[in-house]
Amino acid sequence: MWTWFYRLASPPHVYRTAAALTPWFFAVAAVTIGYGLIDGLAFAPPDYQQGDAFRIIYVHAPSAWLSLFAYTTMAFAGAVALIWRIKVGYAVAAAAAPIGASFTLVALVTGSLWGRPMWGTYWAWDPRLTSELILLFLYFGVISLRQAFEDPARGDRAAALLGIVGVINVPIVHFSVYWWNSLHQGGTVMRLGKPEMATSMLWPLLAMLFGFMCFFGAVLCMRLRGEVLNRERQSTWVREAVKP
Amino acid sequence: MTPRRKRLLVVLGILSGVAASVALAVVAGRQNISFYYDPSQVALGKAPATKRFRIGGMVVKGSVRRKPGDLTVHFVLTDFAHQVPVTYTGVLPDLFREGQGIIAHGALGPNGVFVADEVLAKHDAKYMPPDVAASLKYKHGVRPAT
Repeated sequence: MWTWFYRLASPPHVYRTAAALTPWFFAVAAVTIGYGLIDGLAFAPPDYQQGDAFRIIYVHAPSAWLSLFAYTTMAFAGAVALIWRIKVGYAVAAAAAPIGASFTLVALVTGSLWGRPMWGTYWAWDPRLTSELILLFLYFGVISLRQAFEDPARGDRAAALLGIVGVINVPIVHFSVYWWNSLHQGGTVMRLGKPEMATSMLWPLLAMLFGFMCFFGAVLCMRLRGEVLNRERQSTWVREAVKP
Repeated sequence: MTPRRKRLLVVLGILSGVAASVALAVVAGRQNISFYYDPSQVALGKAPATKRFRIGGMVVKGSVRRKPGDLTVHFVLTDFAHQVPVTYTGVLPDLFREGQGIIAHGALGPNGVFVADEVLAKHDAKYMPPDVAASLKYKHGVRPAT
């Protein structure tokens, strides 16, 4: 069983699989995000309290969800690489980190723009906002720690370990609005029970969530191929693959 | 024990160690992490009496009073157990209204009135079109629960 597992994770196989998956991820992402944007921004009814300002949720909530999803992916890939010595896991972790950091930044900025008119402030040291900011710094830490070593293998191991330890922040971000009194509202969709949102507003949001996941998959595959090529540049299969 | 198993245990050990210390730190600092105090905590004297703090609750229906030509507004906050009167001078956020959750930052006056210099509105994570909200209001004779 282990040999099959290792063969599946061999760099040439990963490189080809990522190449084959990329267009599919992009196609599904284009369709679902296209539908979500048009339906969410143009056709969904305005909210009874917030009017049209609620529409920022169609970018904010998927970005925030992806910021956690990308982090978990990164930490998991790092753990697989550390424990089972599957080197391609480090490449996945390295490929995922900047994408996740970007989603975190988008979530923080869109949330801040919404917070000013609705809450009355751009920023508050609320548990949810603070833990999401810590998530951004964790991403920055993981990215820079990987670069901080002369020996890339040591950088990979250090970054993977920091990523694994930082995964503790993921449930804190998610549950912060339930564990403590917070300014940020609780979950509307990602909660037990029925989503507290009218169906006409919910469908485009779910489409955006799914579309963002596919977009993440597509960009991850693209960046992963770059990482694998760079890491395996001395090997014969890469020379074969990039032969003009 | 294979080296692979050993590495797995080391990683899990580090993770559970850090998780335990974070959990302890969080439990110890519970009140400092929370963004606001409830009216009940204020009524029971658990909120700081001399320092500034935040209080969060629902604006009691019919409690908002304003004087014409003045930005000062008086209202009462409740958590359905205790009530705290609040006074604030300034511009209120869009979501501020009766029956809505809000958070006020300020200090408790000697007469038990909370004097706020910042008011933030809390969103209730409910989304619906205006016509649905209107028909709910019609059915139950009140605005939808907030």
